[in-house]
Amino acid sequence: MSERKPRTLFDKIWDTHVVETLPDGTALLYIDLHLTHEVTTPQAFEGLRVAGRKVRRPDLTLAVVDHNIATDESRRTGITDPESRLQVETLEKNVQEFGVPYIPLLDDRQGIVHVIGPELGRSLPGMTIVCGDSHTSTHGALGALAFGIGTSEVEHVLATQTLLQKPAKNMQVLVEGNLAFGCSAKDIVLAIIGRIGTAGGTGHVIEYAGDAIRALDMAGRMTVCNMSIEAGARAGMVAPDQTTFDYVKTRPFAPKGEALERALAWWRTLPTDPGAHFDKVVKLEAHAIAPQVTWGTSPEDVLPITGVVPNPEDAEDEARRAQLRRMVEYMGLTPGQRLQDLKVDVVFIGSCTNSRIEDIRAAAAIAKGRKVAEGVRAMVVPGSGLVKKQAEQEGLDRILKEAGFEWREAGCSMCLGMNPDKLTPGQRCASTSNRNFEGRQGPGGRTHLLSPAMAAAAAIAGRLADVRDYQPKEAV
Amino acid sequence: MQAFTTLTGIAAPLPQANVDTDKIIPARFLKSISRSGFGKHLFANLRYREDGSENPDFVLNQEPYRKAEILIAFENFGCGSSREHAPWALLDFGIRCVIAPDFADIFHNNCFKNGILPVRLPREVCEQLMEDARMGGNARLTVDLERQVVVRPNGEEIPFQVDPLRRHLLLNGLDDIGQTLQHAPAIDSYEAKQRASQPWLGA
Repeated sequence: MSERKPRTLFDKIWDTHVVETLPDGTALLYIDLHLTHEVTTPQAFEGLRVAGRKVRRPDLTLAVVDHNIATDESRRTGITDPESRLQVETLEKNVQEFGVPYIPLLDDRQGIVHVIGPELGRSLPGMTIVCGDSHTSTHGALGALAFGIGTSEVEHVLATQTLLQKPAKNMQVLVEGNLAFGCSAKDIVLAIIGRIGTAGGTGHVIEYAGDAIRALDMAGRMTVCNMSIEAGARAGMVAPDQTTFDYVKTRPFAPKGEALERALAWWRTLPTDPGAHFDKVVKLEAHAIAPQVTWGTSPEDVLPITGVVPNPEDAEDEARRAQLRRMVEYMGLTPGQRLQDLKVDVVFIGSCTNSRIEDIRAAAAIAKGRKVAEGVRAMVVPGSGLVKKQAEQEGLDRILKEAGFEWREAGCSMCLGMNPDKLTPGQRCASTSNRNFEGRQGPGGRTHLLSPAMAAAAAIAGRLADVRDYQPKEAV
Repeated sequence: MQAFTTLTGIAAPLPQANVDTDKIIPARFLKSISRSGFGKHLFANLRYREDGSENPDFVLNQEPYRKAEILIAFENFGCGSSREHAPWALLDFGIRCVIAPDFADIFHNNCFKNGILPVRLPREVCEQLMEDARMGGNARLTVDLERQVVVRPNGEEIPFQVDPLRRHLLLNGLDDIGQTLQHAPAIDSYEAKQRASQPWLGA
């Protein structure tokens, strides 16, 4: 056997999935799993219909509704917004016509596409996974190559089960040591984006490594990989290990028996070889990361909760000064103001970043025995019907409701302002979601990104708060 | 897809970095099931005031930029969501070329699928082009994909790089799917191999 050059996790998955390489180096890459939802598919199915094409592998495709839907009881009586209803009905018609497996709105397994893929065992290590949604990077936590695509590419995958892709560059983000008290995966990823910037990963696939990443559970790894796109990266990944295998093996769609043994044997060969080349390496010390919160309108504008609003005039060049002035104005801030003095109107715990059972446990641990501050609307939106059920079995819903949180049905909810859950102009929101762009959670809304525990602390305090001052009153 | 060969038109200056796709088209306008009609929502939160009236300060509400076919911006244009509604909105408004120092990957990719040419040029050059664009209707830019040059109003030619395969597809207005289906036998044999090595997939 010839000696192989040491390869990264990304290189190995890439190499395994190249169907053909075109003369200019573009690869025809095979896609093992195509997740779809109502917003980015109608035009793709229409394209197939017009061209008289079929879905090549319905068995490698899964559809669910998540972006448009209400997360309150009204979902049981039908969608009221006519455009949202048409989009959901269009998906339902399309999955029927093209034979694509579909999880309907009122099914227990319904939820945010990036929560249900791993939860059901449809997303597995070693796979190539795509979806018409940039947060597809989430599934990289399993040791898969997972990335978001546009609608034309959705149509391409439906028709051919492949994509035309140029190889990405390899980037390693090493988070060494142990996380400090009060910190979680969300603080790690916000600190990484703060360090490398929103274009720091452009053209790269990031592999997260180091003790602090290894120590994360699967939900934490998903949180980190989820926000890779906020660092501009095409995808984020974590090498599969025992934590991954223990998570995957009990999932309904995971291979069983002998197939599982074969799969495990292959998955164990996936981690990056010693000496493999990374085009870029970034190192962070986990213990130096404090609970993080964004203050501006880009995820890179993040500070420790003990920080103060920066002064735009301190920036080095005029372009950046202008940008910071705009942010300070949009966010309704004063330079030098303590972040902990910022009153919040809304607290949102949910989204594909932080809506898993572990996230809800973290929020409930802070909420237990306390009350949401007067005048604050606080909502918890589980990532899937199954997460909701599990939380209810653990009594977390009761703790949260007693504290004054709304306990909702699964969906994308207030992450993106396209369903009934949105901010009104000027409202300030402590949010566990992934984007603090202007207007993201509703026109004029002001978003501060933070971890579930920090969000729960903000709800109790009625302002941005340091979770380290809000230790759990007793273990949940 | 409409081919892109040469475009001469008015360029609108948008001197901002990190223009995200939520800014290009907010999520509340993504509910249509068609590819067209998004132009009226392009940059909605900047272009319209709360009462729905036009914001006269926004460049695309000013003459001659209402007819802009080229947009000049700064770093990391198109970051955030993968929504192809962003290039659809630009195209429906009439913009067929965006010039910026760099682009977010997914947006960059989506442009080529819709006959929009994203041109990467260094920040200093974008600043010069921004100045040209501020001269309005008297200062048309030409973007020539065949020759891979941007021609300034003063006649200066600025070369740019573009991926050869993408250039070919764009020049000819070709659909990728048709191209890929020519490789169907290779996809068939890949799938046969995969069924043997990973029988659990799709089971």
